[in-house]
Amino acid sequence: MNTPVEQFREDATRVAADEQHRRLIQGALGKYYVARDRQVGRFQDWQSARQAAAETKWEAVNHLDQHLVSFAEKLEARGGKVFWANNSAEARDYILKICREKKARCIVKSKAMTAEEIHLNAALEKDGYEVVESDLGEYIVQLRKEAPYHFVFPAMHLSRGDIRELFDREIGNVKSDNPEDLTMVARRVLRKKYCEADIGISGANFAIAETGMISITENEGNARLTTSLPRVHIAVMGIEKVLPRLEDLALFLPMLGTAGAGQAITCYNSMIGGPRQPGECDGPEEFHVVLLDNHRTRLLADPEQRDALHCIRCGACLNVCPIFKNIGGHSYGTTYQGPIGSVITPHFRGLQDWKHLSNASSLCGACTSACPVKIDIHHHLLHNRRNAATQKPRWWEKLAYKIAAGVLNWPEFYAFATAVGRVMQKFHPLVKGSVLDPARAWTKTRELPQVAPQSFRDYWRARERKP
Amino acid sequence: MSAKNEILGRIREALREPAPVPGHHGDHGKAQLHASAEFSQWLPAVGEDLASQLDLFAKNSADLKTEFHLLASREEFAPRLRELAQQNNWKRVATHSGALTDMAVPAIGLPTLKTDAGYEVNAMEQCDAGITECDALVAQTGSILITSRSAGGRALSVLPPHHVVLVTRAQMVPDLAAAYVVVREKHGDKFPSFISFITGPSRTGDIERILVLGAHGPKRLTVFCC
Repeated sequence: MNTPVEQFREDATRVAADEQHRRLIQGALGKYYVARDRQVGRFQDWQSARQAAAETKWEAVNHLDQHLVSFAEKLEARGGKVFWANNSAEARDYILKICREKKARCIVKSKAMTAEEIHLNAALEKDGYEVVESDLGEYIVQLRKEAPYHFVFPAMHLSRGDIRELFDREIGNVKSDNPEDLTMVARRVLRKKYCEADIGISGANFAIAETGMISITENEGNARLTTSLPRVHIAVMGIEKVLPRLEDLALFLPMLGTAGAGQAITCYNSMIGGPRQPGECDGPEEFHVVLLDNHRTRLLADPEQRDALHCIRCGACLNVCPIFKNIGGHSYGTTYQGPIGSVITPHFRGLQDWKHLSNASSLCGACTSACPVKIDIHHHLLHNRRNAATQKPRWWEKLAYKIAAGVLNWPEFYAFATAVGRVMQKFHPLVKGSVLDPARAWTKTRELPQVAPQSFRDYWRARERKP
Repeated sequence: MSAKNEILGRIREALREPAPVPGHHGDHGKAQLHASAEFSQWLPAVGEDLASQLDLFAKNSADLKTEFHLLASREEFAPRLRELAQQNNWKRVATHSGALTDMAVPAIGLPTLKTDAGYEVNAMEQCDAGITECDALVAQTGSILITSRSAGGRALSVLPPHHVVLVTRAQMVPDLAAAYVVVREKHGDKFPSFISFITGPSRTGDIERILVLGAHGPKRLTVFCC
């Protein structure tokens, strides 16, 4: 069994050299950039909107206890049930208990990253329930028995040919690879499931403290069907999803659509504030909300990185990240991929095991400038590096820096070392990239910078000597 | 101790140390909850008069592939609906009781499922269209605001393959913040259990980011506005 860092190196190396992957991702993201820039351009003041959104999330997260209590009270007053889960196991057990009590057979799910985080599907299937993912991308990766590639676009890494082949094998008789035909195949299969399912499970994009509602953002209508037709609706959400007021959505829904998918607003934005109320003709009889901590309070306890809990999971930082584009979403080995995943995963799953993700960054800052709620993502990657080194220093790293500091502080020796380097680099091509090369880690895939033929000090000395 | 108290306890412990406010470069600054009236100066511009809002809604509809039709009067609802039914060869429709639907839907003369007193899901699934009213049209985004009370429940506007909305010009609002005001004015704090902004027909881009309409919800969305 590989450790996370070994697995990461192996996968990242393989995917970075995969040209089909590169073509698909660049094609998909190329369309995203055009659409996003068009929508950002329609804002009168995108930067002020970002600042207001950041301050609103700051207020929500820095008074999280009050907002959660208010959310739960309001929702319970309208017949909703709120379950507080310290960790994955408690959340899973609660959901399994409901499924047992309701004698469920078929469960339909709309996209929920928290459900991925707690490995809900595996637990439900182990107990004999049929679980069907209804978001098209999630349905595709479920059939492939793999994790979502990207937390907004789960099947971004697949071509229409891959999907046709998959559907032909798993559903049968699929000949066309036209995206519309493929979508209709999934539509037909899933329609039956919505009507049959006893329980619908969803996530939540926001929770409104003031009114006790959850808000779900989607394009396909699968979340609406999942939360309308089954007798029981269970929503799983992280505790950090709160917004103080209902009207805050008037800012957040357009920003989420714009940053996440380049849409002015996504197709369906639904606010659900309880089970079917008296006088209503449909909707579930029971509505449960699972509030999941699962180490979020650990991140909350770090004021320096607390703003990472402002994340609205739009995926903008993944879409602009040069590392993500090269190594792909699966290489991260995490529920939350990309820059924000690299920031939060060490808090959720252990700094020493996941610190390598914070090194997989060019620190270009594209993520920070793309973030609609102004999370200082690339500085948090540096904070993680510092924290990892402070927590568990490596003797050879410290020694290496001590030697480097010694050399740099001793001008005569530095000049001598450069002169030696100048000579040695002539012989470097003989061993470059091979096991004998001392700089192999670098030169396997890159060129080593050349030592300048003349140092600045030498140049200056020669210049002074001239009349 | 219950999980609720454990979690709240950890949150309160964690929040004892304050965090810097974003955009203030590490100095603590002060976060402000902005009133929703302020949002309109940052979000996409919307004209103040009804005519420009109708224009903007029509333009957004064209982008979104919503079929938006402005009618001269409410008398036109029935003939336009009948025409749509004939063109698309509808066999049965679903609707709910309401001032506008009651006036127009019977004129189609097709078997009609009404959701008001509950309904059979499979019967609704067989319908060719769901015809509903709504609470507001949002000019800024081209959205239609519905609730489980104004639009015949949760499923009527999403399960049938064609969603038709009957609405009046007076229901146009400039932006989402104004749409929430409409909901509050109507219901106080007794909110319907379901409130939704519908923005165009159902869509997906999950296969190679190519737009396909009618992923799980309606393939077509028609708005008749009088």
